[in-house]
Amino acid sequence: MSNGLKQQAFQVRYGLGAVVAVVASLAVGVLVDPNLTFRVSYAVSFVVLAAVGLAIIFGIMGVINLAHGEFILLGAYATTLSAVKGGLPLPLAMGVGALVTALFGLTVERVVISGFVPNWIGRRTVGRDLITPFYDRLADSMVATFGLSLIMTQGARIVFGNSIEQIGVPFGSTAGYPDYRIALVGVAAGVLALVYVLFTQTTFGTRVRATMQDEETAKALGVDTERVYMVTFAIGSGLAGFTGALFAPLLSMQPTLGDQFLVEAFVAVVVGGASVVVGTSLSGLLLGPVDALFSDQFGEFAGRIALLFAAMLALRFLPGGITGVVDRVRDRIEEGS
Amino acid sequence: MTVLALEDVTVGYDTPVLRGIDLAVEEGEIVGVVGKNGVGKTTLLKTAMGLLEPTEGTVTYDGRDVTDDPPDVRAREGIGYIPQGRDIFPGLTVEQNLQMGEHVGGDSDVTRYEEVYDLFPVLEERADQDGGTLSGGQQQMLAIGRALVGDPDLLLLDEPSEGVQPSIVDRISEDIRAINDELRTTVLFVEQNLGVIRTMADRCYAIDRGEIADELTGPELTDEDAIAQYLAV
Ligand SMILES: Nc1ncnc2c1ncn2[C@@H]1O[C@H](COP(=O)(O)OP(=O)(O)O)[C@@H](O)[C@H]1O
Ligand SMILES: [Mg+2]
Repeated sequence: MSNGLKQQAFQVRYGLGAVVAVVASLAVGVLVDPNLTFRVSYAVSFVVLAAVGLAIIFGIMGVINLAHGEFILLGAYATTLSAVKGGLPLPLAMGVGALVTALFGLTVERVVISGFVPNWIGRRTVGRDLITPFYDRLADSMVATFGLSLIMTQGARIVFGNSIEQIGVPFGSTAGYPDYRIALVGVAAGVLALVYVLFTQTTFGTRVRATMQDEETAKALGVDTERVYMVTFAIGSGLAGFTGALFAPLLSMQPTLGDQFLVEAFVAVVVGGASVVVGTSLSGLLLGPVDALFSDQFGEFAGRIALLFAAMLALRFLPGGITGVVDRVRDRIEEGS
Repeated sequence: MTVLALEDVTVGYDTPVLRGIDLAVEEGEIVGVVGKNGVGKTTLLKTAMGLLEPTEGTVTYDGRDVTDDPPDVRAREGIGYIPQGRDIFPGLTVEQNLQMGEHVGGDSDVTRYEEVYDLFPVLEERADQDGGTLSGGQQQMLAIGRALVGDPDLLLLDEPSEGVQPSIVDRISEDIRAINDELRTTVLFVEQNLGVIRTMADRCYAIDRGEIADELTGPELTDEDAIAQYLAV
């Protein structure tokens, strides 16, 4: 068998294997202890949904968006306001939340991350660029987006006060557990599947990965790499907004609601490594239960500490994150066969 | 008709590497550029592609001033670029690598998969394999195929023989001649291998000390010493 086919067979075999294993343990779990199963699956989905937007932006652009939590805040507020004040049905309001955040992200990319707008102005006034793009400048991008997160939190406080009216939780409950949270587990799986298809099975995805691997060559082959980054940032932001929209009925609407998401997302990306789908889903499966267990036993704060501790362990023992481990295991198996 | 022209081009990084370069490539030609390591051959091709901006002078493509056009625009207008060291995308499959070349010459909707697979059957056999798993010679074929798929009018080729087995080197030079013959693709290439220069070039510029030192045509191209003086270290 050729290497390429082997690789594909590996992905299909183990990818499907992993999905089957997860579904099977869910089925068993539901029969044995439905409430615990729901709690753990929800915790996993929380990590996945919190992280996916951040992971895309980090994995593809090398930018850590510390305003990620505030992008989620924006999605949650836009959803809540268009449902409560605008009277939109919830699914539509969630679409608005995701879209508003995607457009906001697009603006941030043009004005801050790529420096397009300031440089456009700079070239026409002082005759030179004013800032260097933040692509692949981890520390600088963290400083810039941290500033943005402070502005957004304070901005929300000034405009909307310390809290806004909340949307009620839709649906009933099963085995003492809210159906809405169970539905979120399915949504998380769906989001991962969509992201996987977008980045591996479409022409756009191929262009994005080419840009990631060798920007100069991609450009020389006619790819507008600026636009690739711009769209990628908008997609990552839109997903953050969608996460905010999904959790809007479950959270109290305060300007600081993004904090809990940022911690989990940041840890998940550190633990997951560069691969968006594999990394995010595996670190969700690892961190979700850790968070659920510690939070259950010792409260939310302990859960947060446990996560950070897990991240430190991961940094120490898994350079390259889970993605790196998966790659090494795959190489080992391929050599063996 | 002149396909590509550099007029009085000065270009470099912090300090100029090339100064006052005048060079023209006519439609249907295969033009070589020779010169020692580090003399600025790659710099020259990158300037033609738009990856580097000259500090002085102009670059014209198809009769239009493209000095300010970014590389992706030039690619879509029909310039195919094959970087030194090949630079295929290692994590994309062979087929996806080729797909990335479809934007080259973007305005014409022609794709040349059949011709590319005829020239390099190994690419079809290994279509689903990751580019990074190919041998050096196969990666060079992939890089050439990728630049050809979108049907470019001009091919910029940076040291195709570098790091490729001698037996494959001859094949690749003949392939480039065939491409030029059959697809009417104009070629500007950079090379240090005498054999490749002699098989491929209709005409040849020699760069020395940042300037065009000589232009070799016809019989001079078969005169080893005439070329070798610009290659010796
Ligand atoms: N990215 C770069 N930054 C600074 N100097 C460079 C860079 N690339 C090449 N140079 C310098 O420019 C000169 C010409 O390089 P190059 O065009 O690659 O030469 P050649 O292709 O003929 O071997 C060399 O002296 C090299 O050190
Ligand atoms: Mg070179």
